[in-house]
Amino acid sequence: MQLDFKAKELTIKLVYYGPALSGKTTNLQSIHELVSGESRGRLMTLETKDDRTLFFDLLPLTLQAGRGVQVRIKLFTVPGQVIHNATRRLVLQGADGVAFIADSQRAETKSNAAAFVNLRQNLVDNGLDAARMPLVIQFNKRDMPEIRTDAEIDELSRKGKEPVYKAVALRGQGVLETLVGLLEIAWKRIETEHHLSEKLGLREDVVIDELRGRLGVKVARR
Amino acid sequence: MTAAIGAELELAEVARLEDIVDRRALGEVCRSFFELFSISLRVFTRDGTMLADAHEEREICRYVNSLGDGRRACSTLVSEVKRTDPVDGPVVHPCFTGAEYRIVPIVYQGQRLGRFVLGPYLPADTREVPRSLLVIDSRLDPERARAALSDMPRVRHQTVERIGEHLSRTLDLILFSGHRAFLTSHMHVAPVRESFRELAEKNQHLQEAFDRLKELDRLKSNFLATVSHELRTPLTSIIGYSDMLATGIAGELNTEQQEFVETIRNKGDHLLALITSLLDLNKLEQGSMRLHREAIDAAALVLDLKKTMAPAAAKKQVTIETTIEPGLPKLNVDPMRIRQVLFNITENALKFSPRGGTVKLIARSAEIAAGAEDGIGAVLLAVPQKSVEFGIIDSGIGIPKDEHDRIFDAFYQVDGGSTREHGGTGLGLSIVKRIVEAHGGTVRVESEPGAGAAFWVNLPELDE
Repeated sequence: MQLDFKAKELTIKLVYYGPALSGKTTNLQSIHELVSGESRGRLMTLETKDDRTLFFDLLPLTLQAGRGVQVRIKLFTVPGQVIHNATRRLVLQGADGVAFIADSQRAETKSNAAAFVNLRQNLVDNGLDAARMPLVIQFNKRDMPEIRTDAEIDELSRKGKEPVYKAVALRGQGVLETLVGLLEIAWKRIETEHHLSEKLGLREDVVIDELRGRLGVKVARR
Repeated sequence: MTAAIGAELELAEVARLEDIVDRRALGEVCRSFFELFSISLRVFTRDGTMLADAHEEREICRYVNSLGDGRRACSTLVSEVKRTDPVDGPVVHPCFTGAEYRIVPIVYQGQRLGRFVLGPYLPADTREVPRSLLVIDSRLDPERARAALSDMPRVRHQTVERIGEHLSRTLDLILFSGHRAFLTSHMHVAPVRESFRELAEKNQHLQEAFDRLKELDRLKSNFLATVSHELRTPLTSIIGYSDMLATGIAGELNTEQQEFVETIRNKGDHLLALITSLLDLNKLEQGSMRLHREAIDAAALVLDLKKTMAPAAAKKQVTIETTIEPGLPKLNVDPMRIRQVLFNITENALKFSPRGGTVKLIARSAEIAAGAEDGIGAVLLAVPQKSVEFGIIDSGIGIPKDEHDRIFDAFYQVDGGSTREHGGTGLGLSIVKRIVEAHGGTVRVESEPGAGAAFWVNLPELDE
C-alpha cells in the first residue's frame, strides 16, 4: 500500500496468483471488459508469442473513494509456469492482497496445491506473513467437464479460513465478486495497520460501498 | 531481498514522464500535429521541463518582440503559460494579442505526469485587434499589428478541444508503449538477478549444511558404533550364557535356580529390545531412518500378522479375529517397518487382553487428508486421498481419554501399576507413531477405561 497524503492518493496492489493456465489473465481481461470505462486503465499484457503470460499483466483501476481521496488499485498477475518463480516472487513484493485462481478440473488438483505451497513460500521469502496476507480463492473454469463438485468445494472451504468463490472467468462470471471480496478483506487489513478512517476520514463501509458502485457491481456482502 | 532489486520492482509506478517516453518519437508526433493543424505544440514534464516543441514564430509575436515593452509583456505571458499546472483538467490562458493557449494535463494511470500547451491560436470569432494589444507598447502601429495578426491560425473552440483530446489519446498510447517497454526491459533483468541471488544463497546454505552434516555423520557413526558394541556385546554374552545355563549345559539346575536364570535371560532380552528401540527412535527423530518402500498387499499384511501372533495368542488363550474388506488397494510402504508397527500394537493388544478375550484385526478402505495443518488453504491442500486403515481392537483394560495423545510420547506409560503388571518400555507407541507419520499416515486410538482399546493406523494408498 502506498499512501500519498499530500495528493490524497492511495495505491493498493492486488496480485492474481495460481498455477499455469488457471485463468489469471482471463480474470483481468474480464474485469477490464466489465468495469466502467472511466474507472479502468489500459490492460497491459506482457505475453510470449504463444499468449502465455511472460512476466505479468497489469490492470490499473482508479476510483474516487470520497473525501477527495483517489484510490488506485493495481491488479497484477504472475506467470504460472514453474520456471518463472523469481518473477512471481518479484511481482508479489508489496502485495496488499492475493486472489488465488485455482483450476476446478479434478486433474489440476495437485497443480493447485503446488502453486499454493509456492505462494506461501514466496510470501515468506518476501518477508510477508503468509497467515496475515488477505487472501481469497477462486475456483475457475466451473463450466468444464470433470471438475471438483460444488459440494466438495463447499465442504473443503468450510475447513479453510479464506473466502472461496466460483467463477467462469471467460464469461465474466464470478470475477468481480472475487475482486470485491478481496478488496474488502485487503481494506480491512490496511485499515487495521494504517488507520485510514482516522487519518483520512474514510469509513470502511462507505469506502467499500463506493468502490463497489464504481466497479459497477452489486455484490452481496459476505 | 536486496535493496537494489526491491527498488527496481516499484513495478508500474510511473513517477516521471521523461522515464517512459521516447523524446525523439514524442518530437516527431508533435511535429506531425503541427503540420496537420498549424497550431504550435509544446510538451512539458510536471516540473516544467520542456520535452518536445513544434512551433513557428508568428508574425505578430515577432513584431511585439521587436518592441521593448512588448517583449517584456510577451516574456511574462510565456512564463505564466509555462508555469500553469492544469490540476482539474484543461485550462485556456489568454494572451494580450487576443490569442489563446490551451493547456492540457497529461494523465497516465490516474497520475498527472505533465502537460502540453496548444497555441497561440486566435478564436475563430475574433474580429477586432484587441485593446490589450494596442496598449502594450506606445510605439505599436495598429495597422501593422492588424496585418501581423492575420497569419495567426484561427480555430473554433470546439476544434481546439477535439485536437486536444485527440493528442491526449495519442500521448496515452505513446506512454503506454513506453511504459510497457520500460517494464519489459526491467523484468528481463530483475528475475535474472533475483535467481542469481537465490542460487548464491542456496549454495551457501548447502555448503554450510554439507559441512554440518559431515560432522554430524561422523559423530553419529561413532555413537552408533559405541552403543552397538559397548552395550550389545556384553548383553549378548549375558543372554547367551544364561540361555546355556537354562538349557542345562553347565549341569542340572534346581527349580529355583532355573527360575532365576530364566529371569536373567528375560530381562536381558528386554534390555536388548530396549536398546534396539532406542536406536530406532534415535534414527526416526533424526529423520535418518530410510524407508524401503515397495507395493504391498494390505490383506496379506493382516493375514501375516495373524499368523505371527498366533502362538502368543494361543498361549494366552486369546482369539484373533480378522475382517478384511475385499479389493483393498496396494500400499506403497516399507513392509518391514509397517509390520513392526502392526506387530507392536497387536502385541500390546494381546498383552492387555484378559485370558479368553478377543483381539480383532481389521483392514478397510478409508480416506486420509494431508497438509494444511494451520487451516490456511485447506480447500486446496487438505485433499482427501484414498487410504487403507488397519484396526487392532482388544478387549483389555482400555485407556482414559485424557491419555490418548500422551500414549504416543516416548517413555510414557498410562500408569505405573500397569507397567509393573504388563511390562514394556514405553517406547513402542512413540516408534509406531513416528514410523506411520514417516509414511504420510496417521495413528489414533479410540478407547475408554474398561471397554478395550481400538488403534487405527491409516496409510495412504500407493501414489501413482
